[in-house]
Amino acid sequence: MSEQDILLKIEHLSKYYSGVKALDDVSFAVRRGEVHAICGENGAGKSTLIKILTGAIEPTRGQFKFAGKIYEKITPPQAIEAGIRVIYQEFTLIPYLSVAENVFYGQELMKGIVIDSKEINRMTSRMCRELGIDMNPRTKAESLGVAHQQIVEILKAISQSAKLFIMDEPTAPLTMNETKIFFGVVEKLKAEGATIIFISHRLEEIFEICDSVTVFCDGKCVVTKDIAELDKKSLISYMVGRDLDENYPKPGVAPGEEILRVDNVTGNGLKNVKFSLRRGEILGFGGLVGAGRTELAKVIFGADAADRCDMMFKGKPYAPKSPADALAFGIGLIPEDRKAQGLVMEMSIRQNITIGVLKKISRGIFIDGGMEDRYTDKYMSSLKINTPSAGAPVKYLSGGNQQKVVLAKMLATNCDVLIFDEPTRGIDVGAKQEIYHLMRELADEGKAIMMISSEMPELVGLSDRIVVMSGGQSVAELQREEYSQELILGHASSKLSAEV
Amino acid sequence: MDKKKMIDYLLDYGIIFVLAALVAVFSMTSDRFLSANTMFTILRQVSIVGIMSVGMTFVMLMGGIDLSVGSVGAVVCVVTAYFMVHGISPVPACVMSLAVAATAGLANGFCVNMFNIPPLIATMGVMMSLRGIAYLVTNGAPIYGIDKNFKYLSQGTFGTIPYPVILMAAIFVIAAFVLKKTRLGRYIYGVGGNEEASRLSGVKIKKVKYIAYAISSVLAGISGLLLLARTNSGQPSVGSGYEMDAITAVVLGGVSISGGKGNIWLVIVGVVIMGTLSTGMVMSNISDYVQQVIKGLVLIGSIAFAQFSQKIKEHHI
Repeated sequence: MSEQDILLKIEHLSKYYSGVKALDDVSFAVRRGEVHAICGENGAGKSTLIKILTGAIEPTRGQFKFAGKIYEKITPPQAIEAGIRVIYQEFTLIPYLSVAENVFYGQELMKGIVIDSKEINRMTSRMCRELGIDMNPRTKAESLGVAHQQIVEILKAISQSAKLFIMDEPTAPLTMNETKIFFGVVEKLKAEGATIIFISHRLEEIFEICDSVTVFCDGKCVVTKDIAELDKKSLISYMVGRDLDENYPKPGVAPGEEILRVDNVTGNGLKNVKFSLRRGEILGFGGLVGAGRTELAKVIFGADAADRCDMMFKGKPYAPKSPADALAFGIGLIPEDRKAQGLVMEMSIRQNITIGVLKKISRGIFIDGGMEDRYTDKYMSSLKINTPSAGAPVKYLSGGNQQKVVLAKMLATNCDVLIFDEPTRGIDVGAKQEIYHLMRELADEGKAIMMISSEMPELVGLSDRIVVMSGGQSVAELQREEYSQELILGHASSKLSAEV
Repeated sequence: MDKKKMIDYLLDYGIIFVLAALVAVFSMTSDRFLSANTMFTILRQVSIVGIMSVGMTFVMLMGGIDLSVGSVGAVVCVVTAYFMVHGISPVPACVMSLAVAATAGLANGFCVNMFNIPPLIATMGVMMSLRGIAYLVTNGAPIYGIDKNFKYLSQGTFGTIPYPVILMAAIFVIAAFVLKKTRLGRYIYGVGGNEEASRLSGVKIKKVKYIAYAISSVLAGISGLLLLARTNSGQPSVGSGYEMDAITAVVLGGVSISGGKGNIWLVIVGVVIMGTLSTGMVMSNISDYVQQVIKGLVLIGSIAFAQFSQKIKEHHI
């Protein structure tokens, strides 16, 4: 491949966060006019790379060459100027501005000193027509659905005459129909010669739409190949760096008695959810983003209220009014976003672990330092939290260690039911393994575990049974021998096709 | 229009009905209340805080807050007086002191941008320092002996309309134009709505912040000139607590405390409600202390209402 064919060449890029290598000496090239997939597990470094390319963060080392120019770092305005545009995973629209105002945000069309709203609306309508999308340019961004927000992001990129479109898991929140519409848009872009970096967890999509692929694993770039040279199995083994199904600990005991039965939970975005949970098992919850799994967890944990809440815990009716209530019953939640919901980032490991059990370790109004240390030591050694000191603020820990602190906090409260919401999001492969083994040990000790996971291999590998949710309902329950990615995805999108 | 939209509409513009209700109540408790004369009294009275509220709207829409406006008003008041008693004629004296005000605004922006100090604290620091400067300039005593004609800025009328009211109206109109039609206005809403997205869209957010704080300070400076004209002397103690009145008016007008959302026209309603409330209470012989209590409750009530209506609207989406 000649130099002119290359639009983007990454050369030895690294990014370290306080000792953690988010990106480690990565090099690869993207050709003009291709759809280039980047794949890898969560925490493999894909998002870090994108942030560097768009100027959101600076690399620790290395450089990249874009359209003939070499950059050691880039600022957001320079990146836009150069023609690098991202369709972000988290949406970056201004909620209170309209579709058209968002599309032209940062590069408004002017009539003297006044923004030319008419022209902005007209241009946006035209772009929508060209891409075959039905959308009113005057609609406020906050009232759009996820798919349409994403399309606004694409329109924004187009209006900024982007040379390189980076799409960061664009289809993750989309239904099957929406994905089809979205791929139509991508095909049209490609036909017009756009270069696209496409990041996705869904391997089918990579084979469907991409020309070549670069695989990341643990912050390193493993391989770059044309899609024709790969099949699904070889791609997966590159991604995980090993064969897939050996790594999940198998249950040591048979499931015991029923501990939690949900007969009907309705409201808070849920509709007639039912399932049963037994001691000693890990019950997986599959489904797309927005299927209502987190909402369900919050209702069971008493953090959100539902209109109807028929649940039995240890044979007695259970209706928690608050998280404190749920914890008193013995139900704990390890939340999805550990930074926002799980930890007090400025506080130490010790303080975080004991925050829920201060009553137990206090004499009168005073916290018993010795008892606090014993508690902390116990969980730090049993969970293998590797840090020099229990007094270190948790914000300096790696994602994996942070997750273990959240887990320790919940274990300290001695719950019988533990709800894990995306337990391994954003942590590295080694720490994932430890978390899996911990979860299995807990189940073997007789605790009951609910695991919400959007990572298919994890869901399939670790769960003893899987409840699939879709559109706020529990639509299927699968036994281990029935598991297949296709079946789960099929159920997961069953209630969505009718909606926008 | 369906029911949900109607409710959203009511939640957005309900403040107007609050004003109507207040007027109705006070015209019953005081027979002098409902007259053109009272209306202009109220408007003249609110003009100083009203002009500060416009600047506060800019800063709060952008996701900040500006506690320094009262002190900026005081500094401009005494500095202008100082210039005038030292032989500088009124117009250049005013221009120079407004430049001083702009500098104060840039100082706010500097603390927020360069040291990453939360706006509440940064502007509080500037507020305290400026109050000190106002006393330093005057040696603690008021400055007398300024140009006699200067008081017409506060007391003059055009027909029956007082000059301060015209000035306030003009500033609101210009502010509405800037916020709704210009790029600066778009960026102020944008930075308040989603700062990171704005940065990634190539907006120079630091510049936007500098400008917003400078606008706030210059408008506070104009209020300071009105204060000077009203008292006809450079008083270092004037304007204290005005920042709270301005914030209350802006919040009453429905501007989100976290920024990004709000309508400058409703801020006028907020300002007028504050004025109606205090004039109405005075005319109804309600004691000063009770008035203080009620003002505080109004602030809490309006934020509680904003949170409540936000929750309802989220339900509707």
